Amino acid sequence: MTFGLRRRENGALGAVSQRAGLPVWLWAAPLLFLGLFFFYPLSAVLRLAGEAALAEGLKGAPWSRLGGALWFTFWQACVSTLLTLLAGLPAAFVFARYRFRGKRLLSALLTIPFILPTVVAAAGFNALLGPRGWLNGLLMSAFGLNYPPVRIINTVSAILLAHIFYNTSVVIRVVGSVWAQLDNRLEQAARSLGASSWRTFLEVTLPLLRPSVLAASLLVFLFDFTSFGVVLLLGGPRFTTLEVEIYLQTMQFLNLPFSGLLSVLQLACTLSITTLYLWLNRRQPVPLSPRLSPDGLWSVRRWRQRLLVGGVIVGITFLLLLPLVALALRSFLVISPEGDLSLTLAYYRELFINRRQTFFYVPPMVALRNSLAYGAATVTISLALGLLAASALNRRGRFERWMDAILMLPLGTSAVTLGLGFLVVFTRPPVDLRSSPWLVPIAHSLVALPFVVRTIQPVLASIPSALRQAAAVLGASPWRVRREIDWPIATRAALAGAIFSFTISLGEFGATSFLARPEYPTLPVAIFRFLAQPGDLNYGQAMAMASLLMFICGLSVLVIENIERK
Amino acid sequence: MLEVRDIHKTYERRPLLQGVSFSVSTGETVCLLGASGSGKSTLLRIIAGLEQPDQGQVLWDGEDLAAIPVHYRRFGLMFQDYALFPHRSVAENVAFGLRMQGLPREEIRVRVLAALSQVDMESFAARRVTELSGGEQQRVALARALAPRPNLLMLDEPLGALDRTLRTQLLDELRKLLHHSGIPAIYVTHDQEEAFAIADRLVMLHDGRVEQDGSPLEVYARPASAWAARFLGFVNLLSGWVVSLDPLRVETPLGHWLVGDACSGADRSGKPVTLLIKPYGIVPAATRAECNYLEGIVQDVIFRGEDFRVDILAQGMEFQFFVDQPFQVGQMVRLNIDPQAVLCLD
Repeated sequence: MTFGLRRRENGALGAVSQRAGLPVWLWAAPLLFLGLFFFYPLSAVLRLAGEAALAEGLKGAPWSRLGGALWFTFWQACVSTLLTLLAGLPAAFVFARYRFRGKRLLSALLTIPFILPTVVAAAGFNALLGPRGWLNGLLMSAFGLNYPPVRIINTVSAILLAHIFYNTSVVIRVVGSVWAQLDNRLEQAARSLGASSWRTFLEVTLPLLRPSVLAASLLVFLFDFTSFGVVLLLGGPRFTTLEVEIYLQTMQFLNLPFSGLLSVLQLACTLSITTLYLWLNRRQPVPLSPRLSPDGLWSVRRWRQRLLVGGVIVGITFLLLLPLVALALRSFLVISPEGDLSLTLAYYRELFINRRQTFFYVPPMVALRNSLAYGAATVTISLALGLLAASALNRRGRFERWMDAILMLPLGTSAVTLGLGFLVVFTRPPVDLRSSPWLVPIAHSLVALPFVVRTIQPVLASIPSALRQAAAVLGASPWRVRREIDWPIATRAALAGAIFSFTISLGEFGATSFLARPEYPTLPVAIFRFLAQPGDLNYGQAMAMASLLMFICGLSVLVIENIERK
Repeated sequence: MLEVRDIHKTYERRPLLQGVSFSVSTGETVCLLGASGSGKSTLLRIIAGLEQPDQGQVLWDGEDLAAIPVHYRRFGLMFQDYALFPHRSVAENVAFGLRMQGLPREEIRVRVLAALSQVDMESFAARRVTELSGGEQQRVALARALAPRPNLLMLDEPLGALDRTLRTQLLDELRKLLHHSGIPAIYVTHDQEEAFAIADRLVMLHDGRVEQDGSPLEVYARPASAWAARFLGFVNLLSGWVVSLDPLRVETPLGHWLVGDACSGADRSGKPVTLLIKPYGIVPAATRAECNYLEGIVQDVIFRGEDFRVDILAQGMEFQFFVDQPFQVGQMVRLNIDPQAVLCLD
């Protein structure tokens, strides 16, 4: 999830690969796209907020709500980050230092949160801990209760738990990779100089890890700060973060000026966090020499090690797998009012049926079809623009460094703000796209573009110029060199980027909840609607849809892994 | 065949090559020998057509190649870290050059197998190159360079990335292969042992110029300069000036020296020169001699299998000799040196 760039310096020796001149035509399309669909809506939100602040319209603004949302956003982000570190650091240590059975499987599990839509995770936690979930179902049938004893959904705990679920992987990835790279001879040297293992950790290991821990914390904080789906679905009406407040003000209270103001506040916060993150990440003060031998990994021997490694394995498995398994199983389960459990396919059958014969409610399968269509469109747009931008970025100069930063900007902008911006700008003349089916995929493409560029560009950059030269010496013309060397190597990355972009589109909830027209919902939007409805059938259908979404995303991960392994 | 004429190249505003000329004739293996950073690789790349010289010409059979782009030159180049195509199998890597020539599929298949069997890698044809060890990659890179039957094969430190034992073994194979194939070759290295083992002719590069050009035997017997001598591993160098010509007599801080091998060139009377004292042919002296005489303390004695290396400190200067009988460390020795073992360098 850290899209760090390690460039291979070609120096003057890459003469053949250097083509002179500014690749204006490569930049034209990505820039036009960003200008029209990112900067224009964003500036509209800014103007909206500015006009609102000047006008009288804000006299009756719910300032207390703003204060409350701001405070809660910071509070939950801080607590979530701390808890995530608490869970992630021991796991990072175990992953970096121990050799144990099932390690590869567990690392594969850790990729789940990177690709799992928030709606699915929220549904998973609901299936596990919700009033209709497994835990309550089992407790009720075991003790003959007629009410769910565990009430965790719609509390802060549910929000925190979901955030830990999402971000522990980030800590393990970011800190763990640095930890694994640490030359363990440094620690051995400290030990041989008389330091205890605890002292060694404090004086050698921790100072070397500090930059990575900081980077991971900030990244996690940013994700928690901008969390939308999780808070909306698991926190209930009592808890609103800035993101959720923007959504409520726009969609329920129709107070667009106030939403604009909130968005500007949100933007200021996320941009400062992102800037801080980039700034911290830029200075890696300690050069980390890679370990010379892979035999530095310890095997588990003593009971304390067993306890630690075993605890991490069990903890991660439970945290990451249990909600998903609960979700999948719950979609096949009926709980009768008496508390009896039985299996059923009814929820899946219901997916094709529109129970409410109203215009605004479509059968869930239509939502799936919409999602797949939007996904395909998103892949087309983001891949085309991403390929152009990645090739353009491949020649490094001051201009390219700026462009690189600009391309990453949508990452630091919340999807909800983006959605609001689209709503403000594109639902009225001169660019009225309200009825256009392209609005949603365009918003998805904005979110996906940075990921696509970050997937393709390093691969293009890492093609050693010696390969192109070798091809030339063997008789390949410059055009042939491109066809034989650059394209085949980049194709694989492009495919991975395409699937990445596809899953992002499938799972995107923040912007879509603003933009999807009622009669054209996406799968996440439909899941959200069905979860909000009363009744066991609606709940079961939400579970079935979430399981479907999970299945498709899981399949995508498998394909990506396969591509990357080859 | 190949003629390189007065090549100049500036790299980052520093002159890297300043008028390099040499030639390679049919079937000959020429070693470009020089310290790292001496511009050897750049020279190769200029010959290959990957870079343009600031000045000078590369000629093939008398024809200037300036207008001919890389991919039409039909020179093979084996890169320092091999540059195997990671997205292609071993066989596909070797086939690349043949495909570029537009050969029919069947002929490509046959020639790929032939090239692979030349380097004992037939059984690896279907493997991914990323699965190969360093030595195996080296062989595949060689097969890839040889398969299109290039007019000239250039090898850029082909053994640089390998460990010592593997190097010795591959060096032997490479030597046989080059001599069998009859393809003229330019072999770049900074390792003089490697150069001696493989070269028909050595071209030593220093400060952007050719310092010396000759057969390994000639070069070793008579280094052209103090730098060349040092680079070839000689230690015993003495500076002085010529006092008489016939016989050649040189005055140094360590007394007068008679030189058996006359200086090339004209009158050197009173000119500063450098003496190279070959590490062989020393005779222990009973008394102080008038010339070709060295007196010093034994610093170290190192057993080398066949003989001993003796390090002697004489008036603050280090000398090394190879002797059959060991000396005592700390011992004071007096040595006479055969004038035939003394060379006069510029």
